[in-house]
Amino acid sequence: MSESPNGSTAPAIVVRQLDKRFGEVHAVRGVDFEVATGEVFGFLGPNGAGKTTTINMLCTLAKPTSGTASVAGHDVVSERDDVRRNIGLVFQDPTLDGYLTAAQNLKLHAELYGVQSDLVQPRMQQVMTMVGLWDRKDTEVATFSGGMRRRLEIARGLMHSPRVLFLDEPTIGLDPQTRRSIWTYIRELKEREEITIFMTTHYMDEAEWCDRIAIMDHGQIVALDSPEALKAQIGKDRVSIHTDDDDAAIAALRDRFGLDARVAEGAVTFGVPAGEEFVPRLFAELGIPIKAVSVSRPTLDDVFMSYTGTTIRDAEEDSSKLRNRVMAQMMGGRR
Amino acid sequence: MSTTTDRPGSAGAAAPPGPHGPVVRVHVPKRSFNSELRAIKIVWRRELIRYKSDRLRMVTTLVQPLLFLFVLGSGLQRLSSAGTHGVNLKTFIYPGILCISVMFTAMFSAASIVWDREFGFLREMMVAPVRRSSIVIGKCLGGASVACIQGVIVLCLAGLVHVPYAPLLLLGIFGLQLLLAFTITAFGVMIAIRIKQMQSFMGVMQMIVMPMFFISGALFPASGLPGWLTVLNRLDPLTYAVDPMRRLVFDHLTISPAAKAALDPGVTWWGWRVPGLLEAGVILALGLVMLSIAIWEFSSTE
Repeated sequence: MSESPNGSTAPAIVVRQLDKRFGEVHAVRGVDFEVATGEVFGFLGPNGAGKTTTINMLCTLAKPTSGTASVAGHDVVSERDDVRRNIGLVFQDPTLDGYLTAAQNLKLHAELYGVQSDLVQPRMQQVMTMVGLWDRKDTEVATFSGGMRRRLEIARGLMHSPRVLFLDEPTIGLDPQTRRSIWTYIRELKEREEITIFMTTHYMDEAEWCDRIAIMDHGQIVALDSPEALKAQIGKDRVSIHTDDDDAAIAALRDRFGLDARVAEGAVTFGVPAGEEFVPRLFAELGIPIKAVSVSRPTLDDVFMSYTGTTIRDAEEDSSKLRNRVMAQMMGGRR
Repeated sequence: MSTTTDRPGSAGAAAPPGPHGPVVRVHVPKRSFNSELRAIKIVWRRELIRYKSDRLRMVTTLVQPLLFLFVLGSGLQRLSSAGTHGVNLKTFIYPGILCISVMFTAMFSAASIVWDREFGFLREMMVAPVRRSSIVIGKCLGGASVACIQGVIVLCLAGLVHVPYAPLLLLGIFGLQLLLAFTITAFGVMIAIRIKQMQSFMGVMQMIVMPMFFISGALFPASGLPGWLTVLNRLDPLTYAVDPMRRLVFDHLTISPAAKAALDPGVTWWGWRVPGLLEAGVILALGLVMLSIAIWEFSSTE
């Protein structure tokens, strides 16, 4: 757009020391990051890590306790309206009007955002065609499946040509095929429109699609880089073994090989540089019967584990307790 | 307001672009009076679209007034014929029934805010770059329109209860209905904004609407009541809609002066009979106050 004179574009999102508390719960703890224009930026972390709270602050839906954030060049607190005009939102929970048809929902959005009247129709056709719903435009949304609704929400979020599109868990609860197609739209979008995409997810495989990802845990960003760079940092393969006595196996690994192993998702897990070559030694020298073994190249799961000390699924279970507390706080605080 | 497509000049005549055609890029203008008007209009239209597609609601909201009018009205007629000076009880309670049907529809329209919150749609409106007041105004106008349509349906029944279809009478009643519909919707929206669950709203509605209806004098003349009831009656906003409506109806009936005095005594403030226009003014003023409160509430929620 206009403020990109020499090909160097201003960042789409700049966040400095962003902080949010709900009563005694410290949901976001002084977060810092930038998202470049045109980037697909992923926020990865278990539920309750502070992803949605961060996205809400960036979308002007929640006020930061301290720190600053700007989106599309506008401050989220002092220039709330300017931010809103320039962003599209797809929430985790559905926000469509089921009594209206798909087209009526989009039309309503365009009117609320003041989209020029003669462009409403062509733009609507474009975004609906993109998500494959143009032929269903006159159907009441109440009859749509979960996947169709999510696609329609994405189309609606794009109706006013936002410069930044926020997607909060866009694929949560959808079947793998629909998830894949939604990712196809997102990548296609990036090709076609000058748009920055900021999304949260707790699916590791989806994070691979992002240009860069930030791993969030307990309200803080613990790692931020491209998925490849993050995986390269690990530099080790992941070996998981099943034994009858996990504690003895962990102790043996420490004593004989100097390896630091943990139990993750029910298996003793550790990292070694060349996994396949290590396995024969393991069988020969561990001294504890091994029932099953698996070796895998580093994945984002391993990245996540190396930064947070837990897998995302295990973290999920812990955080559900925290989430209940936050909910209780919010209920109590609002009324 | 520059709006462009990738190929300038080809936009107008060319076929609408598909997914692989040029990108239609739209531009969201700064907030202006015009954009607020558009927002009000679309929120208003949404209420009408929803009402239109909900045939069941049209029918169900008709059941109650019909029940009051023909079952209660016909039944009690036998007891009250001595006191009504020859006027049919159905004719007497008709204005009150008009008011209650408008009131119920208006409250239901306001309830849609609670639904919208439960189903998430409220959020879509909350994040739009428009004033919260535009959303509330659109909602109130929408609810008022829907309630008015419902009122007109009941108004069509006038002939069945011996009320003549006189143009001036119908026009007057329509105007009063419009005012009442607006005020009650504003009242309902004011309450609905604070309530998170539909069940609670229904409870609150029962707690407020029925007393308002009974106290208003929809079913009895508002004079010669016990002191406490007189006070409550004068405080009830619905009183100021029922009374002028009833006067309009009675002005178009040929009945004895005694019947008129007994059945249409008018609303008095410390012995002074309140004129119809002032009563209409009271409704409007109340509506505006409640609209302001609703806007203030809505603007201060996150």
